[in-house]
Amino acid sequence: MFLRPAAQDLLRRTADIGVLRTTASNLRGARSAVVSTTSTCTPSPRRGFADAASATAVGNTSHWAHFNMAPPDPIIGLNEAYNKDDSPDKVNVGVGAYRCDQGAPYVLPVVREAEKAIIAEGMDHEYSGIAGDPDFVNLALKFVYGDDCAALREKRVAGVQTLSGTGGLRVFGETLATFGHKHIYVPNPTWGNHIPIFTNAGLEVRKYRYYDNDTCSLDFSNLIDDMRAMPEGSCILLHACAHNPTGMDPTVDQWKDISDVALERNLLPFFDSAYQGFASGDARKDAAAVRMFVEEGHNIAVVQSFSKNFGLYGQRVGALSVVAAEPDEASRVLSQLKVHIRPSYSNPPRHGARIVTKILADPEKTNDFVDQCMGMAKRIDGMRYELRQALEGLGSSRSWDHVTSQIGMFAYSGLTKDQVVALREKHHIYCTLDGRISMAGVTSNNVEYIARAIHDVTGGK
Amino acid sequence: MMFALVRTNLAATAALALLSALSGNGNPSRAAIITAAFAIVPESATATTTSSPAPETTAKSSSFSPSSYLGNIPMGKPDPILGINESYKSCTDPRKVNVCVGAYRDSSGMPWILPSVKLAERRLLDDPSSNKEYAPIAGDGKYVDLALKFAYGSDGDIVDLSNIAGMQTLSGTGACRVGGHFLSKFVPKPPGLSRVPIYIPSPTWGNHISIFEETNMDVRRYRYYDYGTNRLDYHGLIEDLSNAPDGSVILLHACAHNPTGCDPTMEQWHDISELLLSKGHVVFFDSAYQGFASGDAEMDARALRYFVSRGHKVMLAQSFAKNFGLYGERTGTISVVCSNPNEKMAVLSQLKLIARPMYSSPPIHGSNIVRTVLTDPELTSMYYDNCGEMASRIRSMREKLVNALKEVGSLHDWGHVTEQIGMFAFTGMSADMCDILTAEYSIFLTRDGRISLAGLNDGNIEYVARAIHAVTDGKAITS
Repeated sequence: MFLRPAAQDLLRRTADIGVLRTTASNLRGARSAVVSTTSTCTPSPRRGFADAASATAVGNTSHWAHFNMAPPDPIIGLNEAYNKDDSPDKVNVGVGAYRCDQGAPYVLPVVREAEKAIIAEGMDHEYSGIAGDPDFVNLALKFVYGDDCAALREKRVAGVQTLSGTGGLRVFGETLATFGHKHIYVPNPTWGNHIPIFTNAGLEVRKYRYYDNDTCSLDFSNLIDDMRAMPEGSCILLHACAHNPTGMDPTVDQWKDISDVALERNLLPFFDSAYQGFASGDARKDAAAVRMFVEEGHNIAVVQSFSKNFGLYGQRVGALSVVAAEPDEASRVLSQLKVHIRPSYSNPPRHGARIVTKILADPEKTNDFVDQCMGMAKRIDGMRYELRQALEGLGSSRSWDHVTSQIGMFAYSGLTKDQVVALREKHHIYCTLDGRISMAGVTSNNVEYIARAIHDVTGGK
Repeated sequence: MMFALVRTNLAATAALALLSALSGNGNPSRAAIITAAFAIVPESATATTTSSPAPETTAKSSSFSPSSYLGNIPMGKPDPILGINESYKSCTDPRKVNVCVGAYRDSSGMPWILPSVKLAERRLLDDPSSNKEYAPIAGDGKYVDLALKFAYGSDGDIVDLSNIAGMQTLSGTGACRVGGHFLSKFVPKPPGLSRVPIYIPSPTWGNHISIFEETNMDVRRYRYYDYGTNRLDYHGLIEDLSNAPDGSVILLHACAHNPTGCDPTMEQWHDISELLLSKGHVVFFDSAYQGFASGDAEMDARALRYFVSRGHKVMLAQSFAKNFGLYGERTGTISVVCSNPNEKMAVLSQLKLIARPMYSSPPIHGSNIVRTVLTDPELTSMYYDNCGEMASRIRSMREKLVNALKEVGSLHDWGHVTEQIGMFAFTGMSADMCDILTAEYSIFLTRDGRISLAGLNDGNIEYVARAIHAVTDGKAITS
């Protein structure tokens, strides 16, 4: 009978290993000690303690005992640290999630209404297609490219629903790697997660100069020089608006120059659009760079997130699109995007996309959305002004102009790492180590407290 | 009959081609039907297909255009299952039947929202404290705890739940993907191998292979199904797993094997467990049908729980797509049984490192629903009834199909269909037979002969039985 030998084997080895088990548990992680005592085992390859330990019938020592703790995520790990802090003064200005002036999460009223309608209609939970809900994709693309976009009319834009911005970036990164791209250029600095996303997609991440820390402004001429030095055909990641973390965007003229150089070098512009509508309050204005590039004839790729502008963070709603030369090419690109989606998550989650569809398909609801989104942007602008006022009022000799000139959710404060740590430990204010402050977490209740704390850790200079 | 294949719009192409095949004179060639059904375009498409001239566009199309990299991109292979679903949707034959995708349908052929799920959704809507904030990277902790309890049993029974590293995932696919990356990175490679081997049953859910290849594992197969007897190839299974290098990863379907519906007996599970322990193999359970297979969630978890009780430090991919009917909300978990809380924290931290650059954090709607149901004893009880109802209707369709086949005069032994468990009937029909079923009868199934019983009802079961009889009469359903 087939099994007898294996079972006998098992019994024999169990007897020999009785001693070994104790050794293994005492010497967890000490591979060499365990390996030396496995000589009576069946001739299986020596791989370390997992080898011998796994031969026990009961209390099988784990395959994972030798693990190190991985470092916590710099942004989300911050959230977790904040949650553990029990100081009544604590302030979370880490994650880019909007808060109302009472410091509470905000669900847009138009989103709540859309949700009620979806549930009242008894919509089912059937699988979406790999590319997601086509109505959602069409509306999402119109939202960023504009209703009158020629490329959309000509049906040469491939679009898929994605797991918010992260999911779209990863799918496109993997697709690029499959089709011969070895590297991608991202601005320095950029959203922290860009780097592991593209690295895990199989691309080498290179950086181009973007921000001048000394002048707190765009490092434009170096940006252009770096673009000129990029190998032809390289993919360049651009933040569509409200650059994260600096809040520093190119002007219209600067975008035009960037576009020209990209054409010269045959670069592939890949836009990350996470703040459309949220940056200036005007969705059309926030999409100006994307639309300019399409007009100029670039065949761009765009990732859109609906986390911030629609407040749908945890629903993971996004879209990835690629502008192709003609419809046939768009079909083929679409099929390749799907090839990467299926072994990743098969098809995207429905609920959040349904909410966006309900809103953007209805002119009245769209207007409500525009108002509510603008409301968020305006509150943030107000807080920028107040924070700057407060800092200047405290007599700080440092210039805090950038707090009001930067765009979007974040103030790239210029605080050093040590100062950020002091902010955390002394004042229970949580922001990322690069000094990026989420203005969405600033309220009329805490703005003075924050200003005083910043003044304190910078010594007023 | 030759079909010109236009590269755009696969589904329309397939439908048109099928209709031409149906209405044409004489028998269309099999090759033509198959090609039409899947509209698979060979990579040298430019030579063999017609394409409409490119319209005037605003795109700059010089040879230095950035789209030049796009120009070399061939059409990707359509997904075997979801591609057929799309063909079904565009088919206009009034007799059409969809027994392709594993999604439950009620007796009128409609998707069914479980009453317990519906109630949970209403409750969430009315809850003023609910919001749309990001879940943590590892997902909703409360949901994960409840999900693990559902799979592993109440705390302390079999295993200390606090030693299990668990993370919310994008349903079963997402769990397999994350699990694959983790195993690929951390399981020691057997000597002489440059990648971690994972053994997957033959046959299996098609997407398993793509997923684990993406995670750079060495995908190998172990014999599972005996096509000669339409039963489990138990000896083949044991032989192949014995011959696998020690410490290989072995993927097991926790219950209701997809596509065969053929599960080991408890006794066979016992022996498989001993064998895998003796080989130091890493066990990876894929559980997509708990509760749905037999109607009894506890029973469906027996194999998993047995293995854990025997000391296997299993990895588990869990899906709530079928049993909660939450398909499109993408709700699942990945978990790893560890030896102690420190190990669990380390493992969890590594799982998070995989998730963050893939999708940052998981979607909350489905997990909110599962959490709401499983937190409330009344809703939980209702849920178990709902799930039992689905399992029961499917079982009745299984019996009815076999009876109907007998009644229309089929002489085949369809015993395997009655014995199989879960959503699918693995009929034993060949790919050719399946193609005829699709081309001539508009019955859409996967080409491995797998029928989703949920797509059957009193309205179509006789038609389907007749069609199956027609294509199998006088031919073998074993090989």
